[in-house]
Amino acid sequence: MNRRDFLKAAAGGAAVACSGGAQARDNLEPAPEAVGMLFDSTLCVGCKACVSMCKEVNGMPPTLIEGKEAWDWATDLSPQTLNVIKLYKDGEGNVKDQVKDGFAFEKRSCMHCVDPGCVSVCPVTALRRHPVTGIVTFHVDACIGCRTCTTGCPYNVPHFDYDDPFGQIYKCEMCNQEGVSRIDNGQITGCAEACPTGATLFGSRVALLEEAKRRMALKPGDTYNYPMGDVRKPGSYHEKATPVYEKHIWGEKEAGGTNVMHISAVPFDKLGMPPLPERSYASISEGVQHTLYSFMALPAVALIGLSYVVRKNLDASEGETDVSDDEGKEEEKS
Amino acid sequence: MSGPDFSYLEKRLGVSRRTFLKFCTGVAATMGLPTSAAYAMAEAVATKRKKPVVIWLHGQECTGPSESLLRSEHPTLDRLILEMISLEYHQTLDAGAGHDVEHHKDVMIEQNKGEYLLVVEGSVPVAQDGIFCKIGNKTMLEHTTAAAEHAAAIIAFGSCASWGGVQSAAPNPTQAVGAQAVLPGKTVVNIPGCPPNPYNFLATVMHFLTFGSLPALDTQNRPKFAYGRLIHENCERRPHFDAGRFAETFGDEGHRLGWCLYKLGCKGPETYANCPAVEFNDIGGGTWPIGVGHPCFGCVEQGVGFTKPLFSLAEVKTHTPPNAFPTIDQREESPTATAATAGVIGAAVGAAVGATAMAARKVHENDNASGSNQ
Amino acid sequence: MSHYQPVERKVVTVPFMVLGLIAMVGLYFLVQRFILGMGPVTNLNGGYAWGIWVVYDIVVGTALACGGYALAITVYVLNKGKYHPLIRAAVTASLLGYALGGVGAFIDMGRWFQFYNILLPWNMNFNSVMLEVGLCVMTYILVLFIEFMPTVFERFGMKDWAQRLNKVLFLFIALGILLPTMHQSSLGSMLIAMGYKVHPLWQSLHLQPLLALLTALTMGFAIVIFEASFSTVGFGRNSETKLLSGLGKGIIGLVSAYLIFRFGEILLRGKFGLIFAGDLGSLMFIIETAMFIFPLAVLLSPKMREDGRMLLYAGVSLLFAGALYRFNAYLITMDPGPGYSYFPSFPELMVTVGLVAIEIMAYLVIVKKFPVLPKHAHA
Repeated sequence: MNRRDFLKAAAGGAAVACSGGAQARDNLEPAPEAVGMLFDSTLCVGCKACVSMCKEVNGMPPTLIEGKEAWDWATDLSPQTLNVIKLYKDGEGNVKDQVKDGFAFEKRSCMHCVDPGCVSVCPVTALRRHPVTGIVTFHVDACIGCRTCTTGCPYNVPHFDYDDPFGQIYKCEMCNQEGVSRIDNGQITGCAEACPTGATLFGSRVALLEEAKRRMALKPGDTYNYPMGDVRKPGSYHEKATPVYEKHIWGEKEAGGTNVMHISAVPFDKLGMPPLPERSYASISEGVQHTLYSFMALPAVALIGLSYVVRKNLDASEGETDVSDDEGKEEEKS
Repeated sequence: MSGPDFSYLEKRLGVSRRTFLKFCTGVAATMGLPTSAAYAMAEAVATKRKKPVVIWLHGQECTGPSESLLRSEHPTLDRLILEMISLEYHQTLDAGAGHDVEHHKDVMIEQNKGEYLLVVEGSVPVAQDGIFCKIGNKTMLEHTTAAAEHAAAIIAFGSCASWGGVQSAAPNPTQAVGAQAVLPGKTVVNIPGCPPNPYNFLATVMHFLTFGSLPALDTQNRPKFAYGRLIHENCERRPHFDAGRFAETFGDEGHRLGWCLYKLGCKGPETYANCPAVEFNDIGGGTWPIGVGHPCFGCVEQGVGFTKPLFSLAEVKTHTPPNAFPTIDQREESPTATAATAGVIGAAVGAAVGATAMAARKVHENDNASGSNQ
Repeated sequence: MSHYQPVERKVVTVPFMVLGLIAMVGLYFLVQRFILGMGPVTNLNGGYAWGIWVVYDIVVGTALACGGYALAITVYVLNKGKYHPLIRAAVTASLLGYALGGVGAFIDMGRWFQFYNILLPWNMNFNSVMLEVGLCVMTYILVLFIEFMPTVFERFGMKDWAQRLNKVLFLFIALGILLPTMHQSSLGSMLIAMGYKVHPLWQSLHLQPLLALLTALTMGFAIVIFEASFSTVGFGRNSETKLLSGLGKGIIGLVSAYLIFRFGEILLRGKFGLIFAGDLGSLMFIIETAMFIFPLAVLLSPKMREDGRMLLYAGVSLLFAGALYRFNAYLITMDPGPGYSYFPSFPELMVTVGLVAIEIMAYLVIVKKFPVLPKHAHA
């Protein structure tokens, strides 16, 4: 094999690698009975009942300031906080749901992606998408702690507990992890149950999407009866004038969609949502990976070819001893 | 400082100097004024011999504000107020009745033009020229306009007088409105509440008497000292709200434990009043609606009290304290470079570059040497 | 009748002891990491899950250890036997570099006590680029070890073992070319799933594996130049400039191909304006690109290519360029969202520096005790 052939082969390999189209998969579809939540930022009053309930249900300690237990001081998702309410504030920040000089609340928790990046990148399947409910679950027994899930999550949700020498990943599992199993027992998530205004609404992804679209279609100012708790069988309603919604349901399409969807009166980039295309990064990554490593065919062919070439060249150099010989055998002398 | 002559006051009111100063200090504190202001008030009350004339009108109402004021404090308070000011006209308190008192009112207004204080209690119906409320064959509308004409200051006491109160709730057949609505161009100090807190009224009057001016007012002409902050901001149950602990129904565990009443329809988060700070009836111990377990219904707030359903959720008007929420870009930790770390990196890169430069020089020398060898 | 011999010098020298001291500091913090956890030692956080341990020790470190890979392609695939004298040193450096990567991966692994999970078939996620990297790097370390064995056999005079190995060595050499091709490209693919977090100038999606591979190869050739030059200087050996300048010609093709793909992608996806955005991303891109173009300019000139000094400058520039390409993509311009930041802590940094010190010490010991460097007429 001369250099030309090698370069040709390399270029061929590169072409396969670049095309990506042949083996690329589309975004995953939502799980058949996907459950999720709808967070309506305009309904959120910032009471943090969901944060409190989440800690109670998941048995997590409050985040302390300077070690003093006066208040749960969670500022962001962390190994002790699977759900947190954050504040968008501009200027004076005294008008709710207003971009300029206003403020708005935003819930941060696992979005339970339809095509989860964390599941796609985890080398040891410690993160799995439940085949029926679509809940993204974590399995500590498999985890090696490489934190690729954190890098592969568009929302930076999985958090590793660095302060524990035997730490693990923490993320919201929709209150359905072993020992809690609220969904399996017919209950709803803690945060949706605690929410006093229905800002966090539990339900099937389909029903929630319908509800979100219904709200989008409302005329601002009209009163609407906002369901609270479970969208399928609301415990009560919250009557309120419709705000001026952004016509954008976060999670309907972003990176393949999410089971936890957000709607708001403030653009989502202000609320810290990432710039995501509709195509999931997981699908692109897997497409490239499966193009190159489908049944290990390409590597196997390459190995056979390389073995042949190497052996031929070794023989030609009469290599009797080790990886030997500096007697150049061809072309220009040294 | 010799101070005012309290002996006259002690005789007139039958209170000790000490009790009187205590009262004035309390009033000053209600407004957030320093002790020196309390002393000024005491001086104003004790020395001013010419008592200001007060005309007190009643429109559509239940006399709640007067009741509240009357039984507000220690037994000496009402006496103090009645002695301190010259209450020339008050339909429920006047001993006389009929044309006599009406005539007296007119005379007093005439004699004290520009000096008397007008207090309005109750709403003013304006439908059909105000025929729904008549006193002495004159409508409330006429009474109010006439009395306001030459008043030094006008105080609307109670929600009815401030913005219409319960009468103004839909469908409002009498078209009841507050005093301000029928007195365009006049400054009406609104002290809403159902009933209003007597101290807010007393403090305003004291301020007027002492300083000759009205206290700072908000956009709805309510004294800022009393209506500047949300009930939600000073509520003793606020920590439960922030921690997400709510009473779900009356009498449940959360309710009994004193948790937040927001889910029961408490309007504290959209009602501006100092109820949690001043409370009612001077018996302490959290004696005010939320303190005793009933959700605030927003009596002082136009568009809330008598308007919003009792058990509907309130709009939360504020997010204070402002540092209780992490902002969108706030993270658990955000490490930055330190001198040590930057130094190590600089040293590592510097070592690589330096070694390369040195090696390069030697390679060059070597090359030259071997070149000359050949 | 070997063509290689140990460098006949003392092992324990002043630089060696200084390196030892640095290594001790690193090991001290490493012990802390295992007792207290990663939190007190590193600055890792919820946004930056990978710090310098992953990005330097694994991503950059293994690319710097591509000398063996690059030379293996040259010698055994392109059949340029004249480069053979360089191969043992390159394989040694590669073995040490990859060992560093392996150690780096292990200490960075939050649940290291469960590392075996990656070897259990029922746990494997074949969609994961990380799985490919993990398994492939592990295998390659093994392969490099086997490729290093002839040196050991020669040192201890184990002739029959050497002969036995020689029969199957071609297979390991072939694997030693295939495996780095796989995981070096995968270290690029790993960026795809990070999506928007990777700065658009570095997020080339489908091109990630190709760009990572091309830069790994340039770094592989450059490290050979670097090592040979330093051996020449450090051990007072003959200059290998003539041999090295030949490698320079290979680098020209690789860097050109890299630049064409890199800029082609940026132009086609309409990201050209970002180069001049005047922010951190554009600054780093310009520095990085300059470091790729400088060696290209040097190597394209036959006169400079023959100059050992310029050749070394070009090589080092390429090493910095390739390392910077990785640092930029993974750390410096990587933005997981508003509010996140990362800069390695002192202990974290010292662990990496300490491990590199150990790596250099090991290299020095090996070349002085094993026949790694080519024999020369005079020492």
